[in-house]
Amino acid sequence: MRTKHIGERVPRREGGLKVSGRARYVDDWTLTGALYGVTVRSPVARGIIRQIGYPAGTPWEQFTIVTAADIPGSNSVANLEKDQPFLAVDRVQHAEQAILLLAHPNKSLLEKARRAVSLDIEHLPAVLSLESSLAQEQVVWGHNNVFKELKIEKGNVDGVLNNAPVIVEGEYWTGAQEQLYLETNGMIAVANPKEGVTVWGSMQCPYFVHKALMELFSLPMEKVRVVQMETGGAFGGKEDYPSVLAGHAALLAWKSGKPVKMVYDRGEDMAATTKRHPSRTQHRTVVDRNGKLLAMDIDFAIDGGGHMTLSPIVLSRGSIHAAGPYYCPNIRIHGRAVATNTPPHGAFRGFGAPQSLFALERHMDKVARTVGLSPVEFRRRNFIRQGESTATGQRIRESIQMEKLLHRALKETNYEKKVRLFAKQNLKAKVKKGMGVSCFFHGAGFTGSGEKRLASVVAVEATEQGKLRVLASITELGQGAVTIFTQIAADALGISGQDIEVAQADTAFVPDSGPTVASRTCMIVGKILESACIELKQTLIQNGLLKERYTSNAFRAACKKYVKQHGQLKSFAQYQQPSHIQWDDEKHEGDAYGTMAWAIYIAEVSVDLSTYEIRVDDFLALQEIGKVMNPLLAEGQIIGGVVQGIGYTLHENVIWNKGRMVNNRITDYIIPTSMDVPPVRVIFEENPYEFGPSGAKGIGELPLDGVAPAIVNAIESATGAAINRIPVTPEVLLEAMENTNE
Amino acid sequence: MSKNRRRIEIRFRVNRKLRRVCVHPLTRLLDILRLELGLTGTKEGCGEGECGACAVLMDGELVNSCLIPAVQLHGRSIETIEGLSKRGRLHPIQQSFIQRGGTQCGFCTSGMIMASVALLMGKKHPSSAQIGEHLAGNLCRCTGYSPIVDSVRKVGKK
Repeated sequence: MRTKHIGERVPRREGGLKVSGRARYVDDWTLTGALYGVTVRSPVARGIIRQIGYPAGTPWEQFTIVTAADIPGSNSVANLEKDQPFLAVDRVQHAEQAILLLAHPNKSLLEKARRAVSLDIEHLPAVLSLESSLAQEQVVWGHNNVFKELKIEKGNVDGVLNNAPVIVEGEYWTGAQEQLYLETNGMIAVANPKEGVTVWGSMQCPYFVHKALMELFSLPMEKVRVVQMETGGAFGGKEDYPSVLAGHAALLAWKSGKPVKMVYDRGEDMAATTKRHPSRTQHRTVVDRNGKLLAMDIDFAIDGGGHMTLSPIVLSRGSIHAAGPYYCPNIRIHGRAVATNTPPHGAFRGFGAPQSLFALERHMDKVARTVGLSPVEFRRRNFIRQGESTATGQRIRESIQMEKLLHRALKETNYEKKVRLFAKQNLKAKVKKGMGVSCFFHGAGFTGSGEKRLASVVAVEATEQGKLRVLASITELGQGAVTIFTQIAADALGISGQDIEVAQADTAFVPDSGPTVASRTCMIVGKILESACIELKQTLIQNGLLKERYTSNAFRAACKKYVKQHGQLKSFAQYQQPSHIQWDDEKHEGDAYGTMAWAIYIAEVSVDLSTYEIRVDDFLALQEIGKVMNPLLAEGQIIGGVVQGIGYTLHENVIWNKGRMVNNRITDYIIPTSMDVPPVRVIFEENPYEFGPSGAKGIGELPLDGVAPAIVNAIESATGAAINRIPVTPEVLLEAMENTNE
Repeated sequence: MSKNRRRIEIRFRVNRKLRRVCVHPLTRLLDILRLELGLTGTKEGCGEGECGACAVLMDGELVNSCLIPAVQLHGRSIETIEGLSKRGRLHPIQQSFIQRGGTQCGFCTSGMIMASVALLMGKKHPSSAQIGEHLAGNLCRCTGYSPIVDSVRKVGKK
């Protein structure tokens, strides 16, 4: 296939709209006669709702008030488990839980009314940390607080542990992280019994919202329509939550008979919507005399918050990534996702992997030191190779070359020389410098049989103007889906990118291509798109409208002609699972992913021991991601992901009090600014994946996975401080330094 | 109605055009632009002057429009993202943002571009460090900043 577009630095297609302020986000749009909607939330983490009061002084008759009693269908958000109500009925299961909804045309009266509602909630003892949930200090969910427990087992770990002279142990903690997309969650709804329900909003997964609304209103498929507006960032934070908000806006619209707009302010968005799961990982590792891994015993626990939502899937991905890109004959990974009474934690770029990989890659440094090898040499001896199997028993089919990647990364950063130089300088310097390495992979697409179950569909159709329109429920979130789809379709058809249109993700017109998550857009859905394009082209050729070789003009003419003759030209394609993928859901065994992207990240840091300020001076991100479809967009994904990872490591600290986030403002929750970031050097290696479009693999989540351990390993190499938790605030560093000096 | 009695009339320029609005004296410039004048290119990211998504120029100076009350506006001249392209042609800084990956989700972009314009008015060829410092009041969660810095540094270059 000729690739005129794939591999090129094609600028973002919707870029012109975005740089001129013409891109339309949900809050930029108003329907005539619309009301605003707000949510009254629980200030209590766990309790029984005694009474909801509407004190005198507010003209309540002017307000639309919705409680659980107004719900026409099922009061549970469509997800893995039916444990999350749209509106609390008699019990509160987490702080910030929605209890009732209000709508009114005037925003400021609405805010006054929201504050005036009186809630009488009897407090029940709550579980507010991962440790107390694991210890079952209170049972707040099911019979033991456990949303999901899983075991991955390979070989005989106990056999090795029982006879090992030395077991290296470590415990690692990660905090919650707020996605902090610049555009908060927002939704507009029109809903009535006659026409059904339509919502427009900011979201990743229109068909998740669609299903949630069908169940909430007991409506058939065709009576619910979900339209994605331009979306100002998501990073996982708009995967499951928009179902809740769409439900709320639609309930208010249904009851009031008017369009309703709900857009969260920043404080509400930060306090009430999902964040990255906090985690604890315990490692016990045995190594032989030659520095080869013999056994890895890993216990991985994540805090899911008040309801199950996506926690079992986050747990699964985190667990599968927990043993990293190394070969070890005996591995046991025990995973648990447990309940606490904070708002539910959810998807965030990496989806469990950044947590378990932080632990692993910190622990690898510790094991290396224990056995007297450098962090680099120890990793080199243990890299997984072609033909060997991962923790889940997935045999690596491709010729991965972690050693080659490592070699290049070390060279690019002048690693060995700098390590020696810094060791010498640090003896006298007040500002200590250090280098840290992390090695990791990220599997693209849904885990195991997930993609087969989704059975995603993409359609393409010819327009009357002879253009090709892509119909998919994949959403543009800033990652570049529209541009990548344009490149894939244009090259599959051998036509100009100008002749490709990508339709808005609107469930009335696009098929279900699955959610825009799991680094699957390009590799999985892009491949389906390619098939749909080829089929459409074949139709034109078979009908004698197109020759085997043709120009863009000829293609346009053929499309026009076909549409004129037959009314429409549309072809569908569905996901076909490569036959080598075999997965056992029960045992968590087999081919977890079609393929993985592989990476080596190296951080160089300075630590000022008078101020405890940590600066990342240089960052190298080297990864093998199959074919690089668009270097401009791919670099943007990597640099952006690394900077989010720097925030996760050093700055982003969610402070909890009684189950509520108390620093829910951008003033108090610090994300990196342009002054906090080093030059991020991005290097790609290409090892095309047979089943990806033009050989592409997934890339979106990868860059967040390996940042934290590289930086914290560098901090330890600079200061000797064995820090086992992130974020590394100055306080955490100070404490670790004091422990080191003792 | 008592609400109307509290309104004041403000006359000021927006993108070189004289505008007149009748609003409560504490109405934010951001809301005047978005709700009264329909200029929705200016975005609200935090509402407390931290993120810079609502940045516009006031008499040529960069301000966060969420922090400017109506009373400060009389006689002033405001420039927003909508005023940047002339006769449908994008400003070179807008071109550069597209070409160099300076915009991803686009929500910080209007403010980021207005901040860049303010910098380039005073300094034709700023260094990367100067650009980074100047843009420190504008948060971006997608790009990691260096593509933005690059977009500003290379304005007008091929």
